[in-house]
Amino acid sequence: MTTATASRAARFGAYVPALLLLGVFFAGPLLWSVYSAFTNVALTGSSSIDFVGLANFRTMFHDRQFWNSLWLTLLFVVGSAVIGQNTLGLLIALLLKGRGKLARALVSGLVIAAWTVPETVAGFCWYSFLHTDGTLNAILHRVGFSQNWLYTTPMLAVILANVWRGTAFSMLVYQAALNDVPPELHEAASVDGASAWQRLRRVTLPLIRRSIVTNLMLITLQTLAAFGLIYVMTKGGPGTKSSTTPIYMYQESFQFYKLGYGTAMALVLLVIGAIFSLIYVRLIKVDDL
Amino acid sequence: MRNRIVLAALSALTVVAATAGCGSSSGDAKSKTVTIAYQKFGAFIQLDQQLKDVKAEYEKAHPGYTVNLQPIEAAENDYYTKLSLMNRSPKSAPDVMYEDTFLVNTDIQAGFLAPIDDYLKNWPDWSQFTDAAKNAAKAQDGKTYGVPMGTDTRALWYNPALFKKAGIPVPWQPTNWNDILTAARTIKQKVPGVTPLNVYSGKGAGEGATMQGFEMLLYGTKNTLYDDASKKWVVSSPGFNDSLNFIKTIFDEKLAPKPQDALDPNWATTVSTQLLPQNKLAIDLDGSWINQTWVSTGQKPWPEWSKVLATAAMPTQNGEAPGKISMSGGWVLSVGSHAKDKKAAFDLVTTMLNRENTLKYDIGASQIAERNDVANDPRYLNSNPTLKFFTDLVQVTKFRPAYPVYPQISDAVQVAMESVMTGQAQPDAAAKTFADQARTAAGGDDKVMTAQ
Repeated sequence: MTTATASRAARFGAYVPALLLLGVFFAGPLLWSVYSAFTNVALTGSSSIDFVGLANFRTMFHDRQFWNSLWLTLLFVVGSAVIGQNTLGLLIALLLKGRGKLARALVSGLVIAAWTVPETVAGFCWYSFLHTDGTLNAILHRVGFSQNWLYTTPMLAVILANVWRGTAFSMLVYQAALNDVPPELHEAASVDGASAWQRLRRVTLPLIRRSIVTNLMLITLQTLAAFGLIYVMTKGGPGTKSSTTPIYMYQESFQFYKLGYGTAMALVLLVIGAIFSLIYVRLIKVDDL
Repeated sequence: MRNRIVLAALSALTVVAATAGCGSSSGDAKSKTVTIAYQKFGAFIQLDQQLKDVKAEYEKAHPGYTVNLQPIEAAENDYYTKLSLMNRSPKSAPDVMYEDTFLVNTDIQAGFLAPIDDYLKNWPDWSQFTDAAKNAAKAQDGKTYGVPMGTDTRALWYNPALFKKAGIPVPWQPTNWNDILTAARTIKQKVPGVTPLNVYSGKGAGEGATMQGFEMLLYGTKNTLYDDASKKWVVSSPGFNDSLNFIKTIFDEKLAPKPQDALDPNWATTVSTQLLPQNKLAIDLDGSWINQTWVSTGQKPWPEWSKVLATAAMPTQNGEAPGKISMSGGWVLSVGSHAKDKKAAFDLVTTMLNRENTLKYDIGASQIAERNDVANDPRYLNSNPTLKFFTDLVQVTKFRPAYPVYPQISDAVQVAMESVMTGQAQPDAAAKTFADQARTAAGGDDKVMTAQ
């Protein structure tokens, strides 16, 4: 054995523990879930596992409730993450730039406080804020406008709650990104007579677009998989009016025992997440930066 | 360099050893250990406390054996999931498990449970169990897979003070559905500001809507959800439509709470912690266990509950014999199919469920006794003022057809109820939608039937 191969072997050897751990705890479950998407594996109620090919996906294709859930998931992701958290986070970061220390600390503190609250606690806060005997109705009572908002506007309710909870993350990402924008560029643009909007559009946004892509990707993937918040607030109801794909997946896998069908849906969600990421990368053209 | 190789080899070895260690616990020691998996969650700690004593009792009577207690701290649905996952591997499958009758048939088909008929034959106490209890864990194959610990029943709770205000004589015992509606209508007219009648309905209440609500109606008609003789799901029957019509009536006439309140997932909590204690609900079709909320250690201590509330059996639709109806759930102890020493496992079951331990458990966990010797014990009967009433209902009670597709059928029932209570569909149309959904869930036309 030459010294070179020995050192290469040693270097590889150093990876082995990490690779083993990754293999057991990361690749293993992943492969298992891909495999079970093509089987009829059940949580209980059946002792055999049969390979069923694409049957789960065919069922999904004809499953009206699945398409409904997918549509609601899209609405939830676009409404609460892409539009809500992303825009609001950027807006707050822009408004806070160059403000006094106290204002920055106060606003960031409040926004981040919402983020640090555990998901289920946030869900219960919003539940008690919006339902019939909730705080909102106590205020609206005078105008005779009170109703159970979780019943009349379930999607809006969960979207608002998710914006409230998740904005801090986007705000932090954008605050960091904006700190890296050199002030000279803004000064130069102002000297050239660019308006505030033009400076934002032509200078700031192009410079932070890497952060925009990263942020969009992260919050999209997080929101696609959001479960706890919706489950606590509406359990997917009334009826199936807020039953996004993760909620529907939970119902099928753990309440109806159809693990195979549930994992097949998870696989579809994974593909949708990948498509979203591709769209972001394309739209914002990170490569030619 | 050499050091690094050694280091790498060492770390690799550690990982291998660690992973191997996970699987090597099934040595000789295990054959002398009996594991029991059960739920311990929130206020439900009675079983855990008692099993600690039972462990000592068992180990004393069976020298050389150790009982390994495996409490699972999770809410009901998550407990099912966790237990199923444990059962999926022989290595983690418990020898004895605390099993919901709701899941017995499903878990039998998954091969998780072992039949215990051979052991039951030689257990004299088995003759003390009621027939309903003996059937609770009997599978489609006719074998028995568990020993019942206690059950629950369902009936009408009502508020006599509100009844007097409305001029309805108490004690009240309706003899058919119409009597319930008449009372509710009178209350609506004479006592404003009070919800006359609560029947759980829709997806928000989940299984509570199916069991406390719909099945309490349906099983009081001449129809059911499942035909035991032909082993088919009854997806269409006059009783089904009549039950939906009852739901429609109470929501249309505003005898029931507003749909947007009744569909709230936490509605059952609102009923037991607010409406009933605040005298805002006159009649509540609910479970035998709800007074657990009002004991001093409960969610909403309310010592006066037994003076404020009274109970009445749920009548059949037109007073058909036996005149009243109830539905029961309840839990059993089962022996796992992977248990190495099934006799030892069964002995643990009978130790936990002998007369004294059952008595203690049924009182502590507010269970309806299913052993005659416990049900007639004064210590049991005096432990709670409504216990005798709910125990007597065991004579007429029915169990759910808890087969693997039941959760899907139950969901379809909730959808039908919801569309009727919100006025989205007429009962006939909702029943038709139910029939379609149930047929798909059951697995085709040969698994379902229509009843007259």
